[in-house]
Amino acid sequence: MSVVNYTRTLQKVILNIGPRCYHRWVTTASVALRIRDSKQNFRCRLWCGLLTPVHYQYSTEGNTSKVPSVATWEPVLENQLPPAKQVPADLVDKLERLALVDFPNQEGLVCLKKAIRFADQLHVVDTEGVDPMDSVLENRALYLREDAVAEGDCADRLLQLSKDTVEEYFVAPPGNIPLPGREEC
Amino acid sequence: LTVHAQIQSITKLFSGSQVRFQAPPNSLVSFFDASLPGTLPVLNRRCVEAAVMTGLALDCVINRKSLFDRKHYFYADLPAGYQITQQRRPIAVDGTLTYSHLGGTRRNTLITKSVRIKQIQLEQDSGKSLHDDRRGQTLIDLNRAGVGLMELVMEPDMSCGEEAAAAVRELQLILQALGTCQGHMDEGQLRVDANVSVHRPGDPWGVRTEVKNINSGRNLARAIDYEIQRQVGVLKNGGTVQNETRSFDRKSGHTLPMRDKEGLQDYRFMPEPNLPPLIVYDRPSTAPPCVHPSQVVVLEEVRAGLPELPRARRTRLVESYDILPEHSFTLVNEDGLTDYFEAVVKETKAGPRKVIGWVNQVLLGLLHHHSLSVSQSPVTPQMLAQLLNLQENGQISSSVAKQVFQELWRAPGKTAQQIIQEQDLGIVSNTTEIHRICQKVVDSHPDQVQAIRGGNKKVLNKLMGLVQKETKGRADPVLVRSILEEKTS
Repeated sequence: MSVVNYTRTLQKVILNIGPRCYHRWVTTASVALRIRDSKQNFRCRLWCGLLTPVHYQYSTEGNTSKVPSVATWEPVLENQLPPAKQVPADLVDKLERLALVDFPNQEGLVCLKKAIRFADQLHVVDTEGVDPMDSVLENRALYLREDAVAEGDCADRLLQLSKDTVEEYFVAPPGNIPLPGREEC
Repeated sequence: LTVHAQIQSITKLFSGSQVRFQAPPNSLVSFFDASLPGTLPVLNRRCVEAAVMTGLALDCVINRKSLFDRKHYFYADLPAGYQITQQRRPIAVDGTLTYSHLGGTRRNTLITKSVRIKQIQLEQDSGKSLHDDRRGQTLIDLNRAGVGLMELVMEPDMSCGEEAAAAVRELQLILQALGTCQGHMDEGQLRVDANVSVHRPGDPWGVRTEVKNINSGRNLARAIDYEIQRQVGVLKNGGTVQNETRSFDRKSGHTLPMRDKEGLQDYRFMPEPNLPPLIVYDRPSTAPPCVHPSQVVVLEEVRAGLPELPRARRTRLVESYDILPEHSFTLVNEDGLTDYFEAVVKETKAGPRKVIGWVNQVLLGLLHHHSLSVSQSPVTPQMLAQLLNLQENGQISSSVAKQVFQELWRAPGKTAQQIIQEQDLGIVSNTTEIHRICQKVVDSHPDQVQAIRGGNKKVLNKLMGLVQKETKGRADPVLVRSILEEKTS
């Protein structure tokens, strides 16, 4: 019998023990390992590449989880993505200045390009007629606070955090120090 | 114009620390204002109400759902590295500010104009930095960081410094009437940045520059007029105007390019993930029933709570006292002058039109000359009312009244009656005496009399002046004029 059917039977066995029992969804991978010498070893190793989420669940009734038992995502192929964007040198400089991130050498740039390519996968999703979401909290009510003093008056504790203070003021350099250009590095 | 108005509230926009003008450095700072990790913003209800009130007073469309964003830039007085503002959907859009200013050849005609308000948004203020150039450092005080601001963006509908100053004055009056902002530009509660560009009629709009560091209405007019002249000069010489930020130097009246500006800033606007959208409800019935009333801002209630706005006040003054719109404009423009005027009118039997002349010209002239505000005036409304009553009763003439006013100003301890008795300024009503003086004047100036008989009536005023000098101004001018006319006819 196939690995999948074996897993399903295993699950049904656990479920039928009783209502308030401890369920453990078994990973397909661990099941496959138990059938070490089976003829289906090859297919098991393929299955090992995928992970079914391990999911501990205490419930009084049957399996109500929406998590699929088998992974349902497919890898996005290169030809589905839009053409790769080139990252010119002055754009890298601008990014370094805006975000204060350091791309010191070629490895950093390669990492940046890979990160952009990974994010390009989002373009494959069809968002026709769907409003963009800001955060998962956007349907919650915004809490409005009463206008009464509740905080403040902790100047000494805040000033302790800074190594350089002058008479209860924080000290900063005069204006923004411009980042050295690429040639000066 | 971009106006930042500091919201008059007890606490800051997103934290519970106090808002006060002068306090020991960094004493009004909470952990959120100092951007310590693990702190989150909590919106202040009073700031939302203030923004909605201002939006309603300026006839804006209030967005029922508005969103918060982060505007990223690096500066020492912005400890978080970003400012929470509303860029995508502000709380109010598409309003109008109607303002007036006295123009015309004699500056006594009321010209009414309006400027469109593009949007009103809630945002955080940054801290204050004191530059210590000698030691090459900047001292940062975060007391002001996090205070709620209303940013009002206006469309470029104004054409000179005077119009801009009048618009800002009207905005100041509206905000002060609503109580949402005290509007003192010198204390930094109202900050105005002007965006100026010039172009020939029919051409597309020119490149604009932003002028900052303006701390009063008069300086705003000066800065804008200088910048217009500068840009016209640059273009006439064949140059191009740079899109830059300039600072106004009030000593020289010039605008200078600001240092520390690295070209066009990219603010990387991002939705604020810690704040859900701000919802404002129309009526109490549209609010969800399970929510506590303190969590709900209802437009109907805010609209009902709006106080009398300046333009309604002006119309009311014109209608109830039958004065000119120009007069009521001056009354409302000066702080406290309306109350002064109403107090005088209540206690005197002189008509409002007479009182308006005294209040707008005599009193206001002296106040401006001595740089005093109405509340500092040595002459109280009661004293002026008494003086006007004496004039109405016929006990003194109008020129004597002016003299007595000057005396009251100098020595406010005495009443008008006392001054009149001491200096014997009571009206000369003895007609024989007046006839005698007029005859003397007529006899001693025969050529003037000839001129009057010839048809030049203006010389009569000179004769009247001489008579008044003889009587020390105590004679009734109307009587003197009639007697002189009779004698010279």
